[in-house]
Amino acid sequence: MPTKFTVLAAAVAALSLSLVGCASTPAASTSASAPAGTTTVTVFAAASMKGTFTTLGKTFEASHPGTTVVFNFAGSQTLAEQIVNGAAADAFASANEANMTTVTGAGLASGQPKLYATNQLEIAVPPDNPAGITGWKDLTKKGLKLVVCAPAVPCGAATVKVEQATNTTLSPVSEEQAVTDVLAKVQAGEADAGLVYKTDVQAAGNTVKGIEFDESAKATNNNSMVALAKGPQAALGLQFVDLVLSAEGQKVLAAAGFGPAA
Amino acid sequence: MGRGSVMGRTYAGLPRWLYVSAAFGALLVILPLFALTLRLDWSRFFELITSESSVAALQLSLQTSVASTVVCVLLGVPLAMVLARDRFAGQALLRSVVLLPLVLPPVVGGIALLYTFGRRGLLGPAMDVLGVQIAFSTIAVVLAQTFVALPFLVVSLEGTLRTVGHRYELVAATLGARPGTVVWRVTLPLVMPGLASAAVLSFARALGEFGATITFAGSLQGVTRTLPLEIYLQRVTDPDAAIALSLVLVVVAVVVTVVTARIAERGAR
Amino acid sequence: MSLTFEARLAQRQFDVELSMGPGERVAVLGPNGAGKSTLLGLLAGTLRADAGSAALDDRLLFDLGAGRRRWLAPHARGVALLAQDALLFPHLTVLDNVAFGPRVAGATKQQAAATAERWLREVGVSDLAARRPGQLSGGQAQRVAIARALATGPRLLLLDEPMAALDVSVAPLLRRVLRRLLVDQATIIVTHDLLDAVLLADRVVVLEQGRVAEAGPTDEVLRHPRTRFTARLAGLNLVRGSFADGAVHDASGLVVQGTRADPGAPSEGEPAAAVFAPSGVSIFTDPQQGSPRNNLSVTIAEIEPLGDLVRVRGDDHHGHLLAADVTPLSVAELDLYPGREVTYSIKAAGVTIYPL
Repeated sequence: MPTKFTVLAAAVAALSLSLVGCASTPAASTSASAPAGTTTVTVFAAASMKGTFTTLGKTFEASHPGTTVVFNFAGSQTLAEQIVNGAAADAFASANEANMTTVTGAGLASGQPKLYATNQLEIAVPPDNPAGITGWKDLTKKGLKLVVCAPAVPCGAATVKVEQATNTTLSPVSEEQAVTDVLAKVQAGEADAGLVYKTDVQAAGNTVKGIEFDESAKATNNNSMVALAKGPQAALGLQFVDLVLSAEGQKVLAAAGFGPAA
Repeated sequence: MGRGSVMGRTYAGLPRWLYVSAAFGALLVILPLFALTLRLDWSRFFELITSESSVAALQLSLQTSVASTVVCVLLGVPLAMVLARDRFAGQALLRSVVLLPLVLPPVVGGIALLYTFGRRGLLGPAMDVLGVQIAFSTIAVVLAQTFVALPFLVVSLEGTLRTVGHRYELVAATLGARPGTVVWRVTLPLVMPGLASAAVLSFARALGEFGATITFAGSLQGVTRTLPLEIYLQRVTDPDAAIALSLVLVVVAVVVTVVTARIAERGAR
Repeated sequence: MSLTFEARLAQRQFDVELSMGPGERVAVLGPNGAGKSTLLGLLAGTLRADAGSAALDDRLLFDLGAGRRRWLAPHARGVALLAQDALLFPHLTVLDNVAFGPRVAGATKQQAAATAERWLREVGVSDLAARRPGQLSGGQAQRVAIARALATGPRLLLLDEPMAALDVSVAPLLRRVLRRLLVDQATIIVTHDLLDAVLLADRVVVLEQGRVAEAGPTDEVLRHPRTRFTARLAGLNLVRGSFADGAVHDASGLVVQGTRADPGAPSEGEPAAAVFAPSGVSIFTDPQQGSPRNNLSVTIAEIEPLGDLVRVRGDDHHGHLLAADVTPLSVAELDLYPGREVTYSIKAAGVTIYPL
């Protein structure tokens, strides 16, 4: 099994290197006097960051002429594994603490990870809210068609956490593999309610209605970020982390439904 | 043994390059399966496939696949007979439509089923009146599996019916057998080997069904989470379990294929 | 049993009227595509006519046409069909095959088995009762198929070239079986083989291009064929035309002298046929003169063996292919070969002339 992963990681690394290699000049490229050509900064980020980070990437490129930001959006676990196995990345944004620990534990981080956003669960219901859901208590209603994430995936783990903290037992009709599957069932009107992240409700626009509930604070999802010491453009990686943490970055994240870093 | 040696003596008359291509084709199928067994953690294999969730998924998969195979036979045999024996306007169109799930991505099938049998689907209100709720139930799984497996039965059985031909049925009719009697006493016995292999094919397809199920039926242990859904879920948290379960599915599929081949061989004799 | 039948099926250019008396056996002859199988299909109910009606005794088989839509399904007709292939149900034993008809008619298992055994005895294959159809020879299978058809007690039995798919060596036995069993069984037998007509039928109907070309008692039709197809079947040469001066004159100017058949000799100007046997033809390589012989110059088209003799077919340049039977020795002596011009010489006494 390790050998398999090594081969895969090598392939990924080779690919990233070939992408980076042709564009990157020696470390001095950050200086304004660097010759023409582009510098590429590579950011590995949790899939949930796709919208916000793409926006911030444009901002970064605007303020850093000659620099291109390349993103690798995937599940945090996949990304952490790739980094540990030698993938060339300059910054890593994880959707949970466990996967960040994987990277820091391997001694690959440059400095301490920074918390940059939080995410909480929210109840998604069809726009007409047929079951009349008003809050967490209503989710235990008899006959309610509630759809949640499976405990094995992060949003499901968060759901279980809230259940334990509030000493409630939900009886969902389905435990989906992904947030998008939960949303789809609510959007189709098959489910009366679904538990997803606030950002997901935000992204779904008016196809679903979001109902916030206080109990969601029991399972706050912490998104943290770190620049990577061995990254070909580690300095730029650090600058991108700074951008995310800046007022401008936080504004973009808040607009997408993320909570402020605690 | 004797047959093998006879086959060995027969001149195949194929060019060499054909064997090279054929070998690549075979490898394309064999290699991934081999790779799967390499990745398997044999020391935990038994523990992994006998975990509560695995057993529940396997049990549910077998039950729903058997159920959908039965439904496929009940609906598909008449459909195949009508398509093979009668001639009517729109027949070619009907055949194409019935076979559509063969080429359709299963997810599309799931969405279509949702808009038909879902709460807000075409038949939703009518079923509400009857007090039937299909979504998120095991029935939804069976429905999804039947949807994708039915064409296998129909297309395979229609071929058998055409091969067997209409003539025995006409003879039976002139001997005084009513149409119903002809179906039970002549047509079905004649196509039985073909029907059996068609049913096994449908069973195999139902067993592997994933896309339509996850879209239409949801995923809940013991109710709607069949083996493929369990594998997909485990892949995230416990890849070893996913691999072990995949192997179980492969073994079941191999057994099914071998059984089909045997039946077909017997029917050909 | 008596049958009345008239039906039209445009798709196959079929328009035939036919009737049969009680227990009568009719042989239907005709070239390929003449409508023989269509006739059987319409009677058995596997084909539907555009228009027409048919009745078997008091049972209406169909009555179709403008405003008439009555049609009896095959299983209710009492018409059994025996095809070229035995078509025994492969999943049933020989006994169960024969018992099939009685069973579906409502007989108990024992009754049906008893009936089946009786019919297997009748066709002489009792010892095969437990076998599967796959274990039978072609002849055996066809005998079982006959037993199966007759075990239903059909009002009308249809035989569709029952000997065609069999070995030549097996056919005589089967013909004997049929000849014995079909006494008093109303039967229509479609055949290519004249022998079937002669041995198994009382009457012959010749179909050509979906129409009845001629019909009548078998011996009469064979003696005085009206169509070239029948003439050829009967092994006779036929020239059709009009009668004048003791001869038949065909449209192209060919004149064949002959003897008028009595009774029913044609009068002057009437349509008439002249027939003569190939054995009555002599072949000469030089032109012949003198009455009362017919001397026809022909080009040899085919030469083929016919038992101890050789049949020479010659094109008379008037659209006939006339047959002459000669000994192999004469073929050698006269040096006959396809393409050679020769003269056919036929005594007027050997030519029969009768009205059409």
